[in-house]
Amino acid sequence: MVTNSGLIYLIALPLFGALSLLLLGRRADKWGHLLATAMSASAFGVGLFQLSEMLNREAESRPVTQKLFSWISVGTFNVDASLLLDQLSICFVLLITGVGTLIHIYSISYMSHDPDRRRFFAYLNLFIAAMLLLVLGDSYLNLYVGWEGVGLASYLLIGFWNQKAAYATASKKAFVMNRIGDMGLSFAIMIAFASLGTVSFSGVKEHAHHASEATMTAIGIMLLVAAVGKSAQFPLQAWLGDAMAGPTPVSALIHAATMVTAGVYLIVRSNFVFDAAPTAQLLVVIVGAITLMFGALVGTAKDDIKKALAASTMSQIGYMILGAGLGPAGYAFAIMHLLTHGFFKAGMFLGAGSVMHGMNDEVNMRRYGGLRKFMPITFITFGLGYLAIIGVPPFAGFYSKDMIIETALNAGGAKGIILGSVALLGAAITAFYMTRVMILTFTSSKRWDDNQHPHESPILMWLPMAILAIGSVTSGFLLSRGETLKHWLEPLFEEHGEHTELLPPIVVSGLALLMVAIGVAIAVIKYQLSEVDAVAPEDVTVFTRIARRDLLQDDINEALFMRPGQALTSALVKVDQSVVDGAVHGMGKMALSSGSVLRKSQTGFVRSYAVLILIGAAALIAAIWVVTK
Amino acid sequence: MNFTDLNLLTLSMLLPLLGTAALAFVPKTNVLLTKQVALATTVLVAVVGIVMTISFDFNVTGFQFVESREWIPAFGIKYALGIDGIALILILMSVLLTPIVVIAGWNESEGGRWSPKVFYSLILVLETMMIGVFASTDVFLFYVFFEAMLIPVYFLIGGFGSGERSAAAVKFLLYSLFGGLLMLASIVGIFVMATRYGNRTFDITTLSGLHTVLSPMMENILFLGFFIAFAIKAPLWPLHTWLPDAAKSATPGTSVLLLGVLDKVGTFGMIRYCLTLFPEASKTFTPMIITLAVISILYGAFLAIGAKDIKRLIAYTSISHFGFITMGIFAMTSQGMSGATLYMFNHGFSTAALFLVAGFMILRRKSSTIADFGGLQRVTPVMAWTFFIAGMSSLALPGLSSFVSEFLVLVGTFTRYPVAAVIATFGIVLAALYILIPVQRALHGPTTPGNENLTDLNLREKIAIAPVIAVIVVLGFYPSPLLKIINPASATVVSQQGFSDPAPTMSEGKK
Amino acid sequence: MSLDNYLYLSAILFTIGAVGVVVRRNAIVVFMCVELMLNAANLTLVTFSRINGSLDGQVIAFFTMVVAACEVVVGLAIIVTIYRSRRSASIDDASLLKR
Repeated sequence: MVTNSGLIYLIALPLFGALSLLLLGRRADKWGHLLATAMSASAFGVGLFQLSEMLNREAESRPVTQKLFSWISVGTFNVDASLLLDQLSICFVLLITGVGTLIHIYSISYMSHDPDRRRFFAYLNLFIAAMLLLVLGDSYLNLYVGWEGVGLASYLLIGFWNQKAAYATASKKAFVMNRIGDMGLSFAIMIAFASLGTVSFSGVKEHAHHASEATMTAIGIMLLVAAVGKSAQFPLQAWLGDAMAGPTPVSALIHAATMVTAGVYLIVRSNFVFDAAPTAQLLVVIVGAITLMFGALVGTAKDDIKKALAASTMSQIGYMILGAGLGPAGYAFAIMHLLTHGFFKAGMFLGAGSVMHGMNDEVNMRRYGGLRKFMPITFITFGLGYLAIIGVPPFAGFYSKDMIIETALNAGGAKGIILGSVALLGAAITAFYMTRVMILTFTSSKRWDDNQHPHESPILMWLPMAILAIGSVTSGFLLSRGETLKHWLEPLFEEHGEHTELLPPIVVSGLALLMVAIGVAIAVIKYQLSEVDAVAPEDVTVFTRIARRDLLQDDINEALFMRPGQALTSALVKVDQSVVDGAVHGMGKMALSSGSVLRKSQTGFVRSYAVLILIGAAALIAAIWVVTK
Repeated sequence: MNFTDLNLLTLSMLLPLLGTAALAFVPKTNVLLTKQVALATTVLVAVVGIVMTISFDFNVTGFQFVESREWIPAFGIKYALGIDGIALILILMSVLLTPIVVIAGWNESEGGRWSPKVFYSLILVLETMMIGVFASTDVFLFYVFFEAMLIPVYFLIGGFGSGERSAAAVKFLLYSLFGGLLMLASIVGIFVMATRYGNRTFDITTLSGLHTVLSPMMENILFLGFFIAFAIKAPLWPLHTWLPDAAKSATPGTSVLLLGVLDKVGTFGMIRYCLTLFPEASKTFTPMIITLAVISILYGAFLAIGAKDIKRLIAYTSISHFGFITMGIFAMTSQGMSGATLYMFNHGFSTAALFLVAGFMILRRKSSTIADFGGLQRVTPVMAWTFFIAGMSSLALPGLSSFVSEFLVLVGTFTRYPVAAVIATFGIVLAALYILIPVQRALHGPTTPGNENLTDLNLREKIAIAPVIAVIVVLGFYPSPLLKIINPASATVVSQQGFSDPAPTMSEGKK
Repeated sequence: MSLDNYLYLSAILFTIGAVGVVVRRNAIVVFMCVELMLNAANLTLVTFSRINGSLDGQVIAFFTMVVAACEVVVGLAIIVTIYRSRRSASIDDASLLKR
């Protein structure tokens, strides 16, 4: 494979930015954000340069590597710190640095009044570096470093305003739930090493064919657990809603466009594992299907604009996971949806940030309404993202989501029909809740107080939104025209046989559009044509109530894990004090009490001692006499 | 230049004693000079330790820097020193931590029962013992250091600690003496056996052949004598309850030496004595020990989550970490062994960082209850950050030193005992909780009353903590130099046990 | 005359001494009884020395006498001191160890 000594700069530049901002402290307050943005932008530049280099080479020789140093080497466990840039990782590199740079620019203005802006940018750069390490690592262990690195950055950024106790709790929750997923990744690495003797992507790929299916299934399931944690999939989805405690640019970058999609990356990257493990693959699609419905249902009931978008993210990633679980037919589409989603969802989050910026940080959509007039640019960019996500042609989401639905339907048999129907139904619900967001925020009648003065955001904020909106419009068409992305990624995946077509593509598209139209229509009837309450009504159906509580995810987690865990902890604390330490103290007490009993035999009268001695001596002599006789 | 002829080990043990002698001539009132002499001595020892590391030949297996003199010829007892990679790493850790402890605890000595002179004399004597215990190659000499080490620590806790220091010191002493007594019995047993079979010696290399003539019963009994002593030192559940009390009552510096170095004698002893002298018994007891280790990992973690006092919390995290170390040792794979050894080194530094910063925090707030802190990140950012990084290292965040060792231990264990490794891995989720809960309560949230005017770290404290943080970060990304030193030694230990690393199974699936 | 009779005598003397130590309360009498026991032992030693035809027993008897003399010195000194402070030579009064 071609070596390339330039890959390290991708990571080193943002890392340098993060470290210098953190180490210089307040001295860097004045220019810190500029340095961070420059570092992110130059990483994007390096990415573009690598892409152009890559385009100049033949498909087979496109991947490049760079070995940095030998990281861990014990016995047969040898892991180098080395990077791999191939057709898959370059997509991510450009997404991360590209969207990342735009969000840096946006944040300069968004965070301009925050006294800790420098620290915010340091964290952002740290995130970019960690995320790049995640997608550039050439082994599962290198990936693991980036994997937890982004978890750390996410923790720091969710808890950026951790002076509020609830935000600090949200960040902790995200980290701990991610750690459960990380545990899955640890298991996958351990199994890979124990049974295959290697933890590098190429090594595992090599052995994937002749290892037993059970091994590959075990690795696959554990990788899925990792993906589930990081990508907020069912059943580890509960942290994502709370993660909205972070500043909005963070939600756009980390909890919409990049980090949460790492699970999709992991599954697509490990395609060789899942291809060899049909059971694991089936679990992947099940998780994807459940989550896409779960997120969509939660999205219908949320009044907090960011939480509605977060639920939507969860649902959209469900689509990606579903696509990735469909095997070679779906990998490229999962990645395509991931890229287009990166554009439109980041754009919409930035739009939400812009709305909040103009509305004194109000997040409740029931307190918005009619903002179209006051924020025209935000309305247009958000609207383009909206059209993209619900899948109206020719916007980006249409191409990518349609492909996943089509592939799901064609998966064959009952599986195909079930998955296809779920995906189609999900599309309808997506259309419903996104239309709801759109109407509640921009088009319905005004429901805010008069002391609010909504206004359009400055250029530094709307420019990134505009660029992302352009991406939302064009990326789907560009990536799918002549199946560009599919051919680009093809060398990485196994060939797959011809599949049967359940329905012709044009019919599937028609069906999808029909579902979207139904969803939009219901939302319009329900919210545009009737008055919306400024306070969430209480007399709602049980379903709405449950959906508002995130389908009881927190209640279930609390009842199943948190409270038993707390009970166990306090029980163990008691056990440690009374039983384990008690046993020790008990021994001490026993010595004391036996002493106080035996003390009584010591009368202090010399003559009684003498009698005892005499009796003892006599007994001894008698004993000797008996024994020797 | 060939440093091996200089008797560097003896030199490094003599220097602190000379420092103690020098302290005797410092007037009692001149506290500053006392501290300076102590600091200069420990720095000098650290330099000797670094020189030793540089001149260590890591291609050679077996002991290096060997010294041997007759001590009590009647019993074949020698003053015999020598180190392999494992011992070198631990000595290096000890001599690096001691000056840091002296700098960080610059004012620790003044609230004690006796004068600072006594405090620093005890620290220096302790340093000699620490080097000696790792460097001995004579079982009897090891025992002498092992027990003598208790004396300075007893006085450091009882004389300079806080709270119920006397009770904690006595508890520590009684526990250790109990273990030491069992070990003494085993040592006498070994000597009797060795004499019976013609070798009147305490030399570890000679004795490592003894197990071939021992009956299994005898070997098991002798093994347990050693193992219980070490299991108390490196507190293994259920012999751990002295540690939280001792760590809570001792000064932060003493706690660093106690948890960072002294407790390592336990795990080091398991490698050097339990495994080398009694390989068959080790095999017999491995299932039990691995079980205890796994229990320690989870139990320590749960208690850390439930701890309300920050020093007790750190002590409980250490119990969890020692579970990992013990598990790695008895997994009998090169990854487990190297990982465990590296873990000992890394744990020394990450615990040192946690304890020192916790000490700084307690010094300012005059309380060690976690609930009394709050919002420190905005009041004292540098202190908060150092605590955070130390905590991240403790929960084994990749990129920081503990991750490498913890992962090696887990991988090494998984190849032989998958179930134990899987259960132990749940410890990493608990680790996230036991670190993030105090981080949230102490550093995040609104600034609670009483904390508004706390001062951030001063220059001396920064100088003390900076090298620790540097070690944590650098070794996270570049552990190779240490692994190169450790690997030959750990491979030797594993192969001496008649084990080789399990080959990749390729066929059967494990989960 | 059989040498056994000496042994019987010494046994009787020893028993009288032992009973005296246990029964009597006056320190001086107890002390004399102890001396009686010592001398009974001496008699036994000498007798056995005679029976076995070796001088070992006689030598030990001399040692015993020397030790007994020393003991008398120390013991009487203690008794006198106790009598001075407590105005009593009863050993039951000197039971301070109990407390």
